[in-house]
Amino acid sequence: MISMRRTIATIAVLIVAFFATAACSGTDNTPAVPISATTAVPVISGQTVTLVTHDSFWVSEGILEAFTSATGVEVEVQRLGDTGQLVASAILTSGDPLGDVLFGVDNTFLQRALDADLFVPYESPALAGVAASLILDPGHRVTPIDFGDVCVNYWIDSFGDDLPVPAGLADLADPAYAGMLVVQNPETSSPGMAFLLATIAEFGDGWEAYWSALRRNDVAVTTGWEDAYYGEFIAGGGDRPIVVSYASSPPAEVIYADPPVDSPPTGVLTDTCFRQVEFAGILTGTDNRAAAEALVDFLLSPTFQEDIPLNMFVFPALSSAALPEEFIDFVELAEDPHLVDPAVVEANRNDWTEQWTNLVLR
Amino acid sequence: MRGRLARVLCVGVPAAFLGLFFIYPVVSILGLGLSGGGLDHLIGLPGNANFRGVAWFTLWQAVVSTVLTVVVALPGAHLIARRRFAGRRLVRALATVPFVLPTVVVGGAFLAVFDRLGMSDGAFRLTHTVWAILIAHVFFNLAVVLRTVGSFWEGLDPGPEEQAKVLGASPTRTFLLVTLPRLRPAVAAAASIVFLFCLTSFGVVLLLGGPGIATIETEIWRHAVWRGDFEAATALAFVQLAAVLAVVAVGNGLQRRRAVGLRTVVARAPAAGRWELAANLGLLGMVLGLPVAVLLERSFLSGGGYSFDNYRALAVRVDLLPLTAIDALVNSFVFALAATAMAVTVGGLASLVVVHGPRALSRVFDLGLMLPLGASAVTLGFGMLIALDEPPLDLRSSRWLVPVAHALIGVPFVMRVLVPTLRSIDLRLREAAAVLGAPPAVARRLIDLPIAARALVVGAGFAFAVSLGEFGATSFLPRQPDRMTAPLALFRLLGTPGQQLRGQAMALAVVLMVLTGLSVLVIEMRRGSVGGDF
Repeated sequence: MISMRRTIATIAVLIVAFFATAACSGTDNTPAVPISATTAVPVISGQTVTLVTHDSFWVSEGILEAFTSATGVEVEVQRLGDTGQLVASAILTSGDPLGDVLFGVDNTFLQRALDADLFVPYESPALAGVAASLILDPGHRVTPIDFGDVCVNYWIDSFGDDLPVPAGLADLADPAYAGMLVVQNPETSSPGMAFLLATIAEFGDGWEAYWSALRRNDVAVTTGWEDAYYGEFIAGGGDRPIVVSYASSPPAEVIYADPPVDSPPTGVLTDTCFRQVEFAGILTGTDNRAAAEALVDFLLSPTFQEDIPLNMFVFPALSSAALPEEFIDFVELAEDPHLVDPAVVEANRNDWTEQWTNLVLR
Repeated sequence: MRGRLARVLCVGVPAAFLGLFFIYPVVSILGLGLSGGGLDHLIGLPGNANFRGVAWFTLWQAVVSTVLTVVVALPGAHLIARRRFAGRRLVRALATVPFVLPTVVVGGAFLAVFDRLGMSDGAFRLTHTVWAILIAHVFFNLAVVLRTVGSFWEGLDPGPEEQAKVLGASPTRTFLLVTLPRLRPAVAAAASIVFLFCLTSFGVVLLLGGPGIATIETEIWRHAVWRGDFEAATALAFVQLAAVLAVVAVGNGLQRRRAVGLRTVVARAPAAGRWELAANLGLLGMVLGLPVAVLLERSFLSGGGYSFDNYRALAVRVDLLPLTAIDALVNSFVFALAATAMAVTVGGLASLVVVHGPRALSRVFDLGLMLPLGASAVTLGFGMLIALDEPPLDLRSSRWLVPVAHALIGVPFVMRVLVPTLRSIDLRLREAAAVLGAPPAVARRLIDLPIAARALVVGAGFAFAVSLGEFGATSFLPRQPDRMTAPLALFRLLGTPGQQLRGQAMALAVVLMVLTGLSVLVIEMRRGSVGGDF
């Protein structure tokens, strides 16, 4: 008994010590280097800036190091869930933020983040190189970093002389394309939401009639992108030749093809695209303002921007950023993609999705 | 003096662990939501027909899933406990494997199985039905019953059964009237874990149930993450926790039974009959084997043929990931080791308190430490983010937060195996030892410790497997990119088009599966050295 007690006591002491260490190591945050707001060039060298972002964020090795060698500022990346989880977490921790800069809020969640006062304004000089259509907050509380179009993709071999490729959204409700389309639930999937917004942008008040027609045309609905693309779509072994995916899906089909292919087996209906813009913002409550601003500038620098496509499969916001070969050869970007004002999205989102659920699922 | 210290630690460590990492975060988040208008939502819930539908569905699918799991698993538990056959350990280790498989992979595998069996369409359609959910729940949770009950059954004195046989009772009658009542603590323990898992099941419901089906768990997520309606989410989380509390209280009551007679030394079991073995393994093979077979096949499919290319690719980093799949596996193992160490310590100490401690404390521990299993990942994740944000507990960005969250889910497993076992240690054994002149301390060391060690090892295996496969709570906690776990890497690989990525994801799932099976096998080898002759 004595030996058992001793073992238990030892283990318990070790565990307590372990947590004490963990607790202490958690407190060694960035040293509060005083930054004077009045100095023209604040001394930020030696600081650490924390970038909070979603699980899809990644850049090549050496990119963030380039920022550190230029500014002396270390970047710590903390990733957290998907865009929805990221925004919700940021709102819950507002005022006591998880980091200094948040990257990854998109235009479908933007207004929710702005309403919660998540960000402080900062107008980056690098914005000069960004298309005005991407700058959705005139107050510059957020800065556009990249965009990705959510578009209807199709399996090229399924169409030909007998059945032409559908021209746009309206064709998808045509009985000739019955049983071919698979979409995602807008209440559980980001591309699903984007596609619903595309239909609302295209048909206005007629969107409900359109979805009723899609339902009559036997549209399949999945919970997320994975089960649509890999479950129902032909690419993953399913039997449906039309799926809601991204404009960057065809280049991915080439880059990660197995066996290798010369051109993608899928195409994009450019008239069906909804433009998803991703933003970065400086989190309210940061005590690293100057370093955070430098990081936002860096996110718009050619070094970072040109690294975006192959790591995150979206397009750089900086117009002059060079694109990788696959993105030039296999992407046809919509000239006039659908967009919905973020404030309108936020004001109507829950009503729209409820109405959609009644129309399509019930 | 030392005895007092031990007592303080036995109570203090689990209490501090649960208090800091579960109760404090959950009370913080529920408090925030309820004070911000969630209370009105809560009051309005009973009158909401939509909510009543969701709550009813959540409840009945969990009950049916649990009953099905127990029914399917009991013959296998008997085989493992009472029969000798080649590969017994292997079967027991393999059964743990479904635990670590991410639902997105299992969901895909099930859909493929349905497709091949011609059940994805038509009259026998399973895809996007409640049947798919029930079958997947049996797949995931079979191991809980198989192993928890199996390990308990193994130690059960076969004397009463033999007496019943001598007295002329049929095998069925013997099982129902003699064996089953004595198995009750273990069956109740396993069933309560399975029930909680099914009650809060997330990926299975969303993926296999399809967009038309919702449970309280998926509704909490939808309201908090997609609708930004924290008040509604909080009200639902509150209802969920209350339900979990009630279920655990009932389950614990059923387990409170003493002295059914566990032995330290297990008699040599009779060899399994050929048909008995075939029928049992056939059933397990059907439920566990088919989806796993689909996974295996897909993992070898590459370049239009079959090869090891997908496996070789695991050592090479793809652009989408901050590390190679192998590094992600290493991360998962390190986290799982840390989580298991915590779960075994906390769960072990808490079990001692539950069994030997004062009555009130015993009940509180027994109840409290089960709760994390039934809490939604959203509640726990968000709770930790808002509660653990100030020194000395600024743990939000700490690397330890992920294993802590995993350990919270592992502790119930350790306790549900250990508590019924400790309770059932045959008093007669101890009395016999005392009569033979052994001091209580020696008796305890020679009798309690070997039996407890056997159970602890089973619990540790579960805690390890649970941590390896955990996805939900992990995804809500901030992590540095180089700490990516294997399930998160897998999810990312499946999030971009391209057969190469998909092949790699399947290979990663298979490796995760095999390594889990092996780890559990190795952990269980250890029990031979302390637990007698098996």
